[in-house]
Amino acid sequence: MNPTSFMQLYVFMLAAFVGYQIITRVPPLLHTPLMSATNAISAISLVGSLVAAGSDRGMVSTVLGFVAVTAATINVVGGFVITDRMLKMFRREPTPVKDSATKSAESSASPPADAAKVAGGK
Amino acid sequence: MRETFTQLTYLVASVLFILGLRSLTKPDSARRGMQYAAIGMLLAIVGTLVQHEIVRFDWIAGGLILGTIIGIPLGTQVPMTAMPQRIAISHMFGALAATLVGVAEYWLHGADLGAAKMAAVGFEVLFGALTVTGSFMAFGKLQEIITGRAVTYKGQNTVNITLFVITVGMFVYLIVHPENAVIFYTMIALALLIGIFLVLPIGGADMPVVISLLNSYAGLASAATGFAIGNNVLIIAGALDGASGFILSIVMSKAMNRSFQNVIFGAFGAAPTTSAKSASGLTVRSISAEDAAIQLAYAKLVIIVPGYGMAVAQAQHQVRELAELIEKKGGDVKYAIHPVAGRMPGHMNVLLAEANVPYDRLYDMDEINGEFERADVALVIGANDVVNPAARNDKSSPIYGMPILNADKAQNIIVLKRSMNPGFAGIENELFYNDKTSLLFGDAKASLSKLVAEMKTV
Repeated sequence: MNPTSFMQLYVFMLAAFVGYQIITRVPPLLHTPLMSATNAISAISLVGSLVAAGSDRGMVSTVLGFVAVTAATINVVGGFVITDRMLKMFRREPTPVKDSATKSAESSASPPADAAKVAGGK
Repeated sequence: MRETFTQLTYLVASVLFILGLRSLTKPDSARRGMQYAAIGMLLAIVGTLVQHEIVRFDWIAGGLILGTIIGIPLGTQVPMTAMPQRIAISHMFGALAATLVGVAEYWLHGADLGAAKMAAVGFEVLFGALTVTGSFMAFGKLQEIITGRAVTYKGQNTVNITLFVITVGMFVYLIVHPENAVIFYTMIALALLIGIFLVLPIGGADMPVVISLLNSYAGLASAATGFAIGNNVLIIAGALDGASGFILSIVMSKAMNRSFQNVIFGAFGAAPTTSAKSASGLTVRSISAEDAAIQLAYAKLVIIVPGYGMAVAQAQHQVRELAELIEKKGGDVKYAIHPVAGRMPGHMNVLLAEANVPYDRLYDMDEINGEFERADVALVIGANDVVNPAARNDKSSPIYGMPILNADKAQNIIVLKRSMNPGFAGIENELFYNDKTSLLFGDAKASLSKLVAEMKTV
């Protein structure tokens, strides 16, 4: 094994260690977004696909690269979009804001609110 | 100069990826963090495109455009209920890219690869290929293109293990003799077969483990690509993905009381056993929506236990509506989420978040289990094995030892159930025959709509 391979192994080990430390702290609440996020991130293999498709080293490499670029791009685009869509949905309960808001609403604007409810009920 | 720029973009991308994942430890910061990670990805792509090596852009442009056209609807249109199969298919795309880059690398350099590079390429196509077919099988099962039940036959384990040993043997042979192309392509073919056989014997309820495992494999294939083409950002991203999938598989298997080997080798040796316990002579008590609504209306604390049945019926919005009505009557509502409820890690959380349930109402098993005793009603919606007391007290049960939600400790239990068919694991559930339990039969969505209507009149 040459020194480069060893450096790569160092990088891999350290990244795996960092990943382990971080990901054990992700709450189960966000496990699905975590999956789609890591999936989007590992679609960085697009970088390798781009080289295969664009370095003009024969038709086989180019076509294989093209399919790989397509597949990886699907994950990059789709992965980040869907992760964002999911994370957007996770909302905290608006308790502290709601308390003061409803109190002031009750004191000032409660009759119209009730009226609206009755109208809605009919 | 250009090389320096490229390497700098990779460095920045790596840092942003790690920060992005770290942001997922808190729901409030998660979205911003992942947006930074996306910027990191964009930088890395630009950094790659300016490299000297890349001389033609026609095929690249075609792939980028085609991928974007397919990727956007996959990101924006897929409903949350279809998320497990969506994740499964994305593992397939990721693994496919890695495999093809590996094949291209071998095609170009073949015999000149040397032992270290050959090991990387071999690892890459091996894990890549089995993840491609494995993920596609998982997708097919979840989408119900193929049967969701476990497919088993006599001698299955022997076949799988033999196949696995032969493939690993080829991998080792290739490291010594990288010039043997026939062995290389045969190995890929066998890895594709292994992927199919790996997922074939896995039933629906075991899907969370498999999806996590394939997540890990796809990540490892990406990391191996990084080794093969000498690219650190690929190694880092792949390692993060691999670690994440690995941790999730362990979390999932712990939640199902499956052993560690069982996770590593996926389905090997996990042939489903049939339950020894039969339910003959026991009777269940059914309840009308009206009576159930009255119970819920006067409850001080209601704990809702959602399961895969809620996802199938797409009933999460009705659940939230019912919860709001209970709260209006003065009751408190909490959601108890079992780690393996549904078909992938975190499945229930995403569905309920989609229905606008605030995430501070969603409780993990450990947080909520102590509270069931105080609960007036435990409302079980389409969950089965995760509330089966047999896991606690029936040593002959296949799920014995699996941690469960203590729904049976609640004062009253209302179970929304389609019929008396047993769950995916095929095990009878004592909870349904408990004196405190009443069953409300019917489709979860229809039953919940009835409950909502009745609640409004109570």
